[in-house]
Amino acid sequence: MTSTTAEPRRRQAPAPGVVLVLAIVALAFLGLPLIGLLLAAPWGQMTELLTTPAALEALRLSLVTSILAAALAVVLGLPLAWLIARREFPGRNIVRGLVLIPLVLPPVVGGVTLLTAFGRRGLVGQYLFDWFGIQLPFSTAGVVLAEAFVAMPFLVITVEGALRSIDPRFEEAARTLGAKPSRVLLRVTAPLIAPSLVAGALLAWARALGEFGATITFAGNFPGVTQTLPLAVYSALEVSREEAIALSVVLLGISFAVLVSLRGRFLGGRG
Amino acid sequence: MSVSARIVTRVGSFTLDASITCAPGETVALLGPNGAGKSTVLRTIAGLQSLSAGCITVGDTVVDDPAAGVFVPAERRRVGVVFQDYALFPHMTVRENVEFGPRSTGLPVTAARHWLEVLGVAHLADRRPPQLSGGQSQRVALARALATEPHLLLMDEPLAALDAATRMEVRGHLRHHLAEYRQGTLLVTHDPLDALVLADRIVVLEDGRVTQEGTTAQVAAQPRTDYLAALLGVTLLRGRATGGVVACEGGGRLVVSDTTVSEEVIALVRPQAISLHRERPEGSARNTWHTTVTGLEVQGDQVRVSLAGPPPLVAAVTPAAVADLGITLGAEVWASLKATDISVHPA
Repeated sequence: MTSTTAEPRRRQAPAPGVVLVLAIVALAFLGLPLIGLLLAAPWGQMTELLTTPAALEALRLSLVTSILAAALAVVLGLPLAWLIARREFPGRNIVRGLVLIPLVLPPVVGGVTLLTAFGRRGLVGQYLFDWFGIQLPFSTAGVVLAEAFVAMPFLVITVEGALRSIDPRFEEAARTLGAKPSRVLLRVTAPLIAPSLVAGALLAWARALGEFGATITFAGNFPGVTQTLPLAVYSALEVSREEAIALSVVLLGISFAVLVSLRGRFLGGRG
Repeated sequence: MSVSARIVTRVGSFTLDASITCAPGETVALLGPNGAGKSTVLRTIAGLQSLSAGCITVGDTVVDDPAAGVFVPAERRRVGVVFQDYALFPHMTVRENVEFGPRSTGLPVTAARHWLEVLGVAHLADRRPPQLSGGQSQRVALARALATEPHLLLMDEPLAALDAATRMEVRGHLRHHLAEYRQGTLLVTHDPLDALVLADRIVVLEDGRVTQEGTTAQVAAQPRTDYLAALLGVTLLRGRATGGVVACEGGGRLVVSDTTVSEEVIALVRPQAISLHRERPEGSARNTWHTTVTGLEVQGDQVRVSLAGPPPLVAAVTPAAVADLGITLGAEVWASLKATDISVHPA
């Protein structure tokens, strides 16, 4: 062997023909729309299309709301994940199922459920409005709420998995060294799950950024107030196909960047 | 008393019921097969698991007594633990690991520096745990546990994570370091050699019960259960080694094959390795001596013959041999022992 670093390629049996054909069809199915989008993109007018006041406003709103939603998912999701991973309590499995619901629920339905809870006549919403004058639907805060609703499961699942996979003896060792529970959490548990926390927050942010159904149902589609990028794409489709495609390319780019930054976790690469 | 405990826990059909004490300055080995409940004993004393019944007292404080509704959590027990794979925090340097305890409890971090020095790992202070060898990790884990000035030190299989060569070396150092620490040490092990070399006293735990308890020499010489007899039944002699000869405490010299060890050693002799003869034997055995029989005891299909020495040893022979040689109490016999049959360990 001349090289000690590069492992020789293992000889492997060829994939069965049927598997190979179907796999290629699957890849084309996933890849062609993306290629189509990139080919259809009006690259020449990209700058103009993306710097219109409406587009810039949608971009700004999307970034602000998705970052706030991701932050909300972290602040509320982290303690929830810890509780599910570390404490036995009655109904724990039901709670774990509840957390997953936003993942499988059609986002439009998610929006409807948010209306019934936080709408002006909703379960909680009526008191928010009557007592504090707070009205969440059709507001920017409502967008954050809708995005956090669909994004939180990504954070909870990722962090819960990480909490389960760390060796409990690190935390036990910290306790025998005299660390109070809060210090154990802050100085030992949190640093150990930090990579997963970052990954979970990034996934939640990407999901929030792409959120459409729950947002339009709960918060409406008002430019400058609740019209985020995906909603702008939807609206633009009716007037300017080019603008819709240009905005879509931006969203695709962001999604791709997130996946690349999570490469070690989801694309199998190890650094 | 560093710790005095009666530990009762029930998990499914397994019941652990064991009483254990450890005095200040004493090292007690809790020896037993896997699944005997050793780790549970350690976890209950550390406060990582609660008792079903019984009572644990660390120093002068009752830390767990279900009947009285007392349970002091691990972080307030002042019981140091060295975990089996050391559980050093991977995201902290060696110094941060060792200072973690003092910083958590408000003790001065000078204790951390002291133990880093004493255990000879001060020069590794800026490294991270993955950059340490097994022996180094072991010392850092010990320094980390001792830096909190615990009233009791618990060690879970302290040598199990080391390779054979490092193990020998660490075993020797460990006894020395444990002597520096004036509180009690309770170490859990399934390896009789660790127990023999490190401990002053051995408590044998089998299937959730204490089956034997005594000084290391007593337990080594007279194992009372089949489990122990299979592992032990050895005679333990302390002495000083020089150039392949061990001068035993209390008289007698043994020629050993290992010429590398020196100073204070523990020599272990299996009774089966000693041959008895009526006449002075001729042969290759490096140790041959004339002695008197001071005791006879039948154990299973063997007879254990105690020899006056020096050094005092026990030989195991068949009942037929006893008859052939005419061995009786007070009889004079020749004994021989090959140098290669004596294992020598730094003490």
